[in-house]
Amino acid sequence: MLEVKNLHASINGKEILKGINLLIEAGETHAIMGPNGSGKSTLASVLAGREGYEVIKGEVIYNGKNLLELSPEDRAREGIFLAFQYPVEIPGVSNTNLLKTALNSIRKYRGEEELDAMEFLTMIKSKMKLVEMDQSLLSRSVNEGFSGGEKKRNEIFQMAVLEPKLAILDETDSGLDIDALRIVANGVTKLKSKDRATIVVTHYQRLLEYIVPDFVHVLYNGKIVKSGGRELALELESKGYDWLKNQKELIEN
Amino acid sequence: MSTEVNQIEELANKDYQYGFVSNVEADSLPVGLNEDIIRLISEKKEEPEFMLEWRLKAYRQWLKMKEPSWANIHYDPIDYQKISYYSAPKKKAKLNSLNEVDPELLKTYEKLGISLEEQKRLSGVAVDAVFDSVSVATTFKETLSELGIIFCSMSEAIREHPDLIQQYLGSVVPYTDNYFAALNSAVFSDGSFAYIPKGVRCPMELSTYFRINAANTGQFERTLLIADEGAYVSYLEGCTAPMRDENQLHAAVVELVALDNAQIKYSTVQNWYPGDKNGKGGIYNFVTKRGACRGVNSKISWTQVETGSAITWKYPSCILQGDNSIGEFYSVAMTNNYQQADTGTKMIHIGKNTKSTIISKGISAGKSNNSYRGQVKILKNAENARNFSQCDSLLIGDKCGAHTFPYLEIHNSSAKMEHEATTSKIGEDQIFYLNQRGISTEDAIGLIVNGYCKEVFKELPMEFAVEAQKLLSVSLEGSVG
Repeated sequence: MLEVKNLHASINGKEILKGINLLIEAGETHAIMGPNGSGKSTLASVLAGREGYEVIKGEVIYNGKNLLELSPEDRAREGIFLAFQYPVEIPGVSNTNLLKTALNSIRKYRGEEELDAMEFLTMIKSKMKLVEMDQSLLSRSVNEGFSGGEKKRNEIFQMAVLEPKLAILDETDSGLDIDALRIVANGVTKLKSKDRATIVVTHYQRLLEYIVPDFVHVLYNGKIVKSGGRELALELESKGYDWLKNQKELIEN
Repeated sequence: MSTEVNQIEELANKDYQYGFVSNVEADSLPVGLNEDIIRLISEKKEEPEFMLEWRLKAYRQWLKMKEPSWANIHYDPIDYQKISYYSAPKKKAKLNSLNEVDPELLKTYEKLGISLEEQKRLSGVAVDAVFDSVSVATTFKETLSELGIIFCSMSEAIREHPDLIQQYLGSVVPYTDNYFAALNSAVFSDGSFAYIPKGVRCPMELSTYFRINAANTGQFERTLLIADEGAYVSYLEGCTAPMRDENQLHAAVVELVALDNAQIKYSTVQNWYPGDKNGKGGIYNFVTKRGACRGVNSKISWTQVETGSAITWKYPSCILQGDNSIGEFYSVAMTNNYQQADTGTKMIHIGKNTKSTIISKGISAGKSNNSYRGQVKILKNAENARNFSQCDSLLIGDKCGAHTFPYLEIHNSSAKMEHEATTSKIGEDQIFYLNQRGISTEDAIGLIVNGYCKEVFKELPMEFAVEAQKLLSVSLEGSVG
């Protein structure tokens, strides 16, 4: 589904990603871990097409298409969803209005009929249950005055509605207490399907107790220095990122 | 944002959608202004003597006045002797039905999407259509007249209801009020008049569509609405204008009078030609709009969505004279390219327990300049007056300007005042967030701006709100860069 080949990217002239290789198939869940500043969020942003990031080298093939050539909205319409680390507030625009506009833009792109108001409402109500979201959040302005937990839950709710093929969760666990974390993670787990791939970007392994990854990749200084299964996350947790630093130095020397 | 900029610039280069000129034969006076011209206007309109005298007094007053220069707008001096002060589409005889209307004129209405027939059939809105200066058709008159409601052109009101005109015309905005009001009083060509009798709730929204057409003709509209005791009326005003190279002057006066327990809701969507993207052409809009809450428990609400004109100078105001009276002002003013707007309101609290609310939303894009100027004045005897003001500015891009000039004048210590003001920018992070949900940049900006204006749009009648949202999206095209 997604193949990242030797991806180098910079921001403000500073190279952050220094040759990322990654292969993700439908149905898989990949965790990307790493210390602060290792390039985790940069990778998520480059995949989603955020302005300001420059790809210097390498390519990204997504379902046979050159992803880097697509605009951010076309990437979204092709099924890429980014759950933001810091969801943005949009005053005066209701959650419902945003979702309806988004869903119909995506459907139009795919040559599907737009949903009418009734179909849309029925659909979003069923999706709200997934993330145990209160109905009152629907009519409130997007993320405005939401608590940290509500914002993250709202991201997963949007994901449930838009049904992406590739979901990228950028530090979805940051700022969540344990109950909110459980709700968000359960939502993500329920959305797992054989057609959908998920990339979980996280600093801590605790999220991975709930969203069990098939693969764990450790990002360090712009490169994936180690890949493995679920157990790699636990190893990291017990040994800390310094352990990797030493390993990397060993490799480089 | 380079791809977005290109895409948006392409849209910006679209021509003004309503820029066309229709070839109706116009009957215009030569350019210039003097007492003879005023006599001619009055004569052409078959006005009674008192009207001519009033116009002449206004003209003499105007000669003594100076054009105001305090507003935050800049333009080349206007040569008032180069303007033709009267232009009427030539008509053969009195018109009783649409079939008798010049087909060219009807086509123009169709292009604007406001064909009278459609208006009649679909929306239940009575339309007093002003084409250039003379009212061409008035609809639903019969339904309204059964309730005793008078809704007609100003010219007709002057001829048919001179008593009401003498009592109320100039009673809210006297010709001594300001330079442009004096000019308007001297030369006004036509406009709308409505009188809602005691205890009557007007069953439909009254509406006028304005359109400036003949080249070099200043448009001087005069509107007067009177809601008698316990009456209610909602009035809609919407405008578009064809493209012109030279600047056109527009100086309208609108007067509202609400007596005891009466309510007037006045909504405007203004979309006059703003000039091209280099700032050439466009309408100069110097308007005096004022409502008097004369009676107890009376209420006047102004709601305006301003996207057009090269220059806007406009302060719809309320004089809260009756005890417990309420004044409201809800405004969205959007400027793009080289447009300049200096707009706001005045709330004058005279009676006891009077309340006013001001919600102003400015949007500046391109190289435009947008100023809010608002005055709240609490007079000595206005016990327990309350005012809430909220003035927000939204900036799109970094070459535009937004300014807020609030004036508070309080002479009674029981007054309660609240003032909030914010300035914000459409963030790239907001646009990216929406892009990432599959929404195009253009739609994203539309969503953000409409969200920002929500508090004002919800005050508009339903069909007008939809129109306003569309208009805003069109006006925003080409605004991000």
